[in-house]
Amino acid sequence: MPLSEWVGAQLPALVILVPLTAAPVAFLGVRLGRPVALVSALMSQPLAIALALEVAREGVLRYEIGGWGAPLGIDFVVDGLAATMILVTSVIGLLITVYASGYFTDQDRYRFFWPLWLFLWASLHALFLSGDAFNLYVCLELVSMSAVALVALTARREALVAAMRYMLAAILGSLFYLLGVALLYAAFGSLDMATLRGAIRPDVTGQAAFALMTVGLLLKTALFPLHFWLPPAHANAPSPVSAALSALVVKGSFYILIRLWIDVGSPSVAPGTAHLLGVLGSVAIVWGSIQALRQERLKMLVAYSTVAQIGYLFLLFPLVRAGGVAAADAWTGGVFHAVSHALAKSAMFLAAGTVLARLGHDRIEGVGGLSRRAPLTAMAFGLAGVTMMGLPPSGGFVAKWQMISASVLSGEWWWAVVIVAGGLLAAGYVFRVIGRFLGREEAGDREADTGRSPRTMEWTALALALGALVLGVAGQPLLDLIPIGAPALVAGIGVTP
Amino acid sequence: MSWHTLALLVAACTPFLTAVAVFLLGEHRGTLRTATGLAGAAATAAAAVACAGSALISAPGEYAEVGFGLLEIGFVLRSDPLGVVFAVVAGCLWLVTTVYATGYMSRSSDRARFFGFFSICVGSAIGLALSANLLTFFVFYETLTLATYPLVVHSGTPAALKGGRTYLNYALPAGAALAVGVIWLHMIAGPVEFVAGGSLPSSLVQTHAGSLTAIFALLMLGLGVKAALFPLHGWLPAAMVAPAPVSALLHAVAVVKAGVFGIARVVLEVYGPLGRDLGLIPLLAAVAAFTIIFGSVRALAQDDFKKRLAYSTVSQLSYIVLGVAIGGPLAAAAAIAHLAHHAAMKITMFFTAGAVAEEVKVYRISELDGLGRRMPLTMGAFSLAAIGIVGVPPIAGFATKWLLGMGSIEAGQAWVVAVLGLSSVLNAAYFFPIIGRAWFRGPKSEWASEHGTKRVEGDLRMVAPLVLTALVGLAMGVLAGAALSPASWAQMVAFLEFGG
Repeated sequence: MPLSEWVGAQLPALVILVPLTAAPVAFLGVRLGRPVALVSALMSQPLAIALALEVAREGVLRYEIGGWGAPLGIDFVVDGLAATMILVTSVIGLLITVYASGYFTDQDRYRFFWPLWLFLWASLHALFLSGDAFNLYVCLELVSMSAVALVALTARREALVAAMRYMLAAILGSLFYLLGVALLYAAFGSLDMATLRGAIRPDVTGQAAFALMTVGLLLKTALFPLHFWLPPAHANAPSPVSAALSALVVKGSFYILIRLWIDVGSPSVAPGTAHLLGVLGSVAIVWGSIQALRQERLKMLVAYSTVAQIGYLFLLFPLVRAGGVAAADAWTGGVFHAVSHALAKSAMFLAAGTVLARLGHDRIEGVGGLSRRAPLTAMAFGLAGVTMMGLPPSGGFVAKWQMISASVLSGEWWWAVVIVAGGLLAAGYVFRVIGRFLGREEAGDREADTGRSPRTMEWTALALALGALVLGVAGQPLLDLIPIGAPALVAGIGVTP
Repeated sequence: MSWHTLALLVAACTPFLTAVAVFLLGEHRGTLRTATGLAGAAATAAAAVACAGSALISAPGEYAEVGFGLLEIGFVLRSDPLGVVFAVVAGCLWLVTTVYATGYMSRSSDRARFFGFFSICVGSAIGLALSANLLTFFVFYETLTLATYPLVVHSGTPAALKGGRTYLNYALPAGAALAVGVIWLHMIAGPVEFVAGGSLPSSLVQTHAGSLTAIFALLMLGLGVKAALFPLHGWLPAAMVAPAPVSALLHAVAVVKAGVFGIARVVLEVYGPLGRDLGLIPLLAAVAAFTIIFGSVRALAQDDFKKRLAYSTVSQLSYIVLGVAIGGPLAAAAAIAHLAHHAAMKITMFFTAGAVAEEVKVYRISELDGLGRRMPLTMGAFSLAAIGIVGVPPIAGFATKWLLGMGSIEAGQAWVVAVLGLSSVLNAAYFFPIIGRAWFRGPKSEWASEHGTKRVEGDLRMVAPLVLTALVGLAMGVLAGAALSPASWAQMVAFLEFGG
């Protein structure tokens, strides 16, 4: 068999194997980390793109590891959603890797960043490909543990405290989830999502299993009021890590949540619960934004913005219940929001990291006039802010368009009110920073500026922000990819009247 | 690709590409940056004129189009006769303003940022002029909102930041209202294209009268802020903290006219006869008529030069809204023509205010005494534009008022003539004192002792543009009857809208 064909057939395994192989190699030597990570990141791009193209062309892919197949072996399922998430992870991962190679100047001290980061990357890809509740648990655990270690990387006191809090929340979340998985297995004798879909019943065991898994995942996704661990962890981690956590890691547990609720459990889901999730999401949007408005540190502001933006994802649950076109719009809109937010939020954290690297602090009142000294970074932050506000041209706008459409179509217009209000609140905290950037320098601001911001750092942040912007105009290919192989509930008719 | 679509692409994309180039060239490569800016503006102006040519020779319904799929609606640009009016105005005045701004900003800092965002604003204005549907229009409309902010706060002073905040407090909620309106309309009517005479099927009146009324209100709320309709006008005087080229091109032409242009699109090419059937149009006309008088009265009380001009803009923009809302071909023609007429005259006046501020550091009308002898060309151009806006023939403003008066009588709404008369008296009352002070009083203000009374015009890069735009304003009036003048073109468009 020619190499190209072999690669084509093994794509789902390769997207995991490349970073997974690179991780231990990066661990071997201090000088090895950076080049190995860059090679792995570059190799992931054609693989992820080819996988997305394959799904776009052929539809859902099934991959049996070792050729065994479910229920005996383990299956990978690549639908539009999985391909999208892998593509986004790969693109953002590459830019974070390039940024990190400029950010971590002290190679000895931060040598463990590279293997941990590659390991996190591989685990995320594995998570997106898993079609089995227990595999998902394993991947989730691997993601969480490498993420906790990455937060603690600087070994500064506040980082260690935040990492500890994060770890406790993560372990608790995993336990809840695992308990739910155990109940499912006991009751229905299978952990394969496709098998469970047919077998699951809305009885006490089924509902208890669902409740446990959901609480665990909500804790990991940091939905209000379970978000307490997120702002300190995301704000005190090194900036490339903050970007990866906010952009990708929280989306991992959210990914399992929508698979579970919308794909597997649709019949057994009580309507009130879906609305409860929507309400919690709405509160998260308002509460997170208000907290972001009140922060004094730039990275804390960005972290609270994540709390708010996660809220939008949960509007998906009540909106898909309407079925038909509204559900299809909500599904693509929700996933598109996750993608746009991932790009824009990583851009924001990377830009904030550059500010921190230059000034040695990230107090918002001390960033006056920075647009003059670091125009690319200010621009990256501002453009990423457009997506946070959900204004065109940005991916956030396209996502909100679809979610507002869904809420108007389903007659539940109050979600639209929340979405619009959330956009205005986001404008509040985004322009609070932009205004400072464009404003005058306070005495001493210029002296505090070391001027250290390698081109690689400034440009990667800008590239991510531009990516979020481009999605707002040329996002149609992605909008077409996301619904491929979507669960029956949200498959819709696809065409709006 | 035919030259029709090429012109469309060049007109819409060049400003954005220019912006990227200007940002990349940065602060220090000034000469190259200026050359890039001028080349971009010239190419855009030429392409916009070519779009107008394309619209002129294409049969109705077969205008050049270019675009791609987005959200089942499409991101589509089209050169149609109404859109190209605004595109040509924005494109040509951008070229003139670039020359002016090169002089005005010659000692200023952050010029790369300034010219970059300026290009984005112009690109958004041209993009929304050429948008073929509401979604595309909205994308450019909000881009314009955002790209204007760095220009308003350009100086970075607390006063500028405060002006910027005021601007956002109006513009962002307006954008939200517009977004909801656009999405809602899309839900009940499908993709909303702009079609001469209105694109909504008349059957919707029976099924969705309530929704259509609410959507119309949302759209007017969203567009009315940029159009500075009372009571949504408060941001415009506050935004006068911006540098003069911004006030001139953006706050007299591109941004504010994006609002009135949007109203024209929605009223004439989306709602069409439905607006009258639902009883929405008379209400809009009443608001516009009130804004005309209100803006003029407020202008009387301003001593700050740019603020008086700003309130005059508030008043003049509503001429366009009123013309659209009267609902007859001649009145609509007046509105469309005034888009160009007011642009030429008001940009001249803001250029003047900026030139005077730069040359003799005068910002107040009470300090203008005797300036006519110090800067005769500058104040001459101002005077020409001012009496044009008042409506003295044969300058452009007269052509507008004539068409608007005839149109309102034709549509059986003679009360508009009274509004026009009152407004003209008020226009004269707030502009003639400026002319009087400049020409008929001796220089007794502080500027004379500091900057001398000898005749010096100032930077040629500022004087030449304002003389040119004043002459264009004059020519638009004198040649109003000629083929291809804004007034004739506007009548052609109006006939298309109202089916002859």
